[in-house]
Amino acid sequence: MRDLSLHLMDILQNSITAKASKIEVKISADQVSDDIIFTVSDNGTGMDEDFLKQVTSPFTTTRTTRKIGLGVPLFKEAAELAGGTFEIYSAKNQGTTVKATFKISHLDRLPLGDITETMVGVILSKPETQWVLQLSNKKDEFSFDSYEVIDKLGGVPITEYEVITWVKEYIDEGIKFIFGGVLHEIIS
Amino acid sequence: MKSLAELEEIRKKTLEQISLRTNKDGLRIVVGMATCGIAAGARPVMTALLEELKKRNISNVSVTMTGCIGVCKLEPVIEVINPDGSKVTYVKMNAEKAVRVVAEHVVNGRVCTDLTIGASEVK
Repeated sequence: MRDLSLHLMDILQNSITAKASKIEVKISADQVSDDIIFTVSDNGTGMDEDFLKQVTSPFTTTRTTRKIGLGVPLFKEAAELAGGTFEIYSAKNQGTTVKATFKISHLDRLPLGDITETMVGVILSKPETQWVLQLSNKKDEFSFDSYEVIDKLGGVPITEYEVITWVKEYIDEGIKFIFGGVLHEIIS
Repeated sequence: MKSLAELEEIRKKTLEQISLRTNKDGLRIVVGMATCGIAAGARPVMTALLEELKKRNISNVSVTMTGCIGVCKLEPVIEVINPDGSKVTYVKMNAEKAVRVVAEHVVNGRVCTDLTIGASEVK
């Protein structure tokens, strides 16, 4: 994976597979503590205790094509390589929360990447799911909720080109506003 | 800053156009978006497919994501599924090839035989 937005897409794919109807992404950066924290929470099928214990192993997967699953282990590795931590909480039938922390200034921290493209990709793929994106830098906050957009649209599908273009610009602005100057790869 | 209020404008503008469209079943394009697909570059492929479809104003083709199809070494993989269930699997995709699949396969109904999984096995 080249950047954090691709890892995010991979983790979101897990939430989709877990049949979640609401998926929340929180990204918060704190210049003082030098942390950027990714939190993905879903209300999907969750995992039982046994599966949860071994979910960060590359040899654990739900898929049937083969016995290897690399999404979660790679994300964990990316966090730990960048001086961060990785946690995962889950309960059967209650959903799952994945939390990864990275040191912003660590040399091995992957760049943020195109979060907008990830979000738009998952929205287009599963428009019926409620997608929430929250960004924060301790001073300011930005939030996007696909259901709020759908509500305002009154019958026009969120997948319409004009709407999706608006969503793209909206999230892009949010990222620039919140992370500009905070993450060195985003120019304010 | 953009605001949610702008959506009202978009709603008014697009509502009329939508009612004009016929919603008959069309092709379905599925993009492999598991770890293997994403790492190999499936996201730009999906974006290219969506943008090319919109550019050509094709509204009866749906693009969705799926997990690992099972041939990770040939990722990014996409499947073009006909309404009757038959499908064509394209492998080792990139954004340019995705545009070609839309132009040749989706629009003109000619399968890009050199990009299919069958063609990759011959080599």
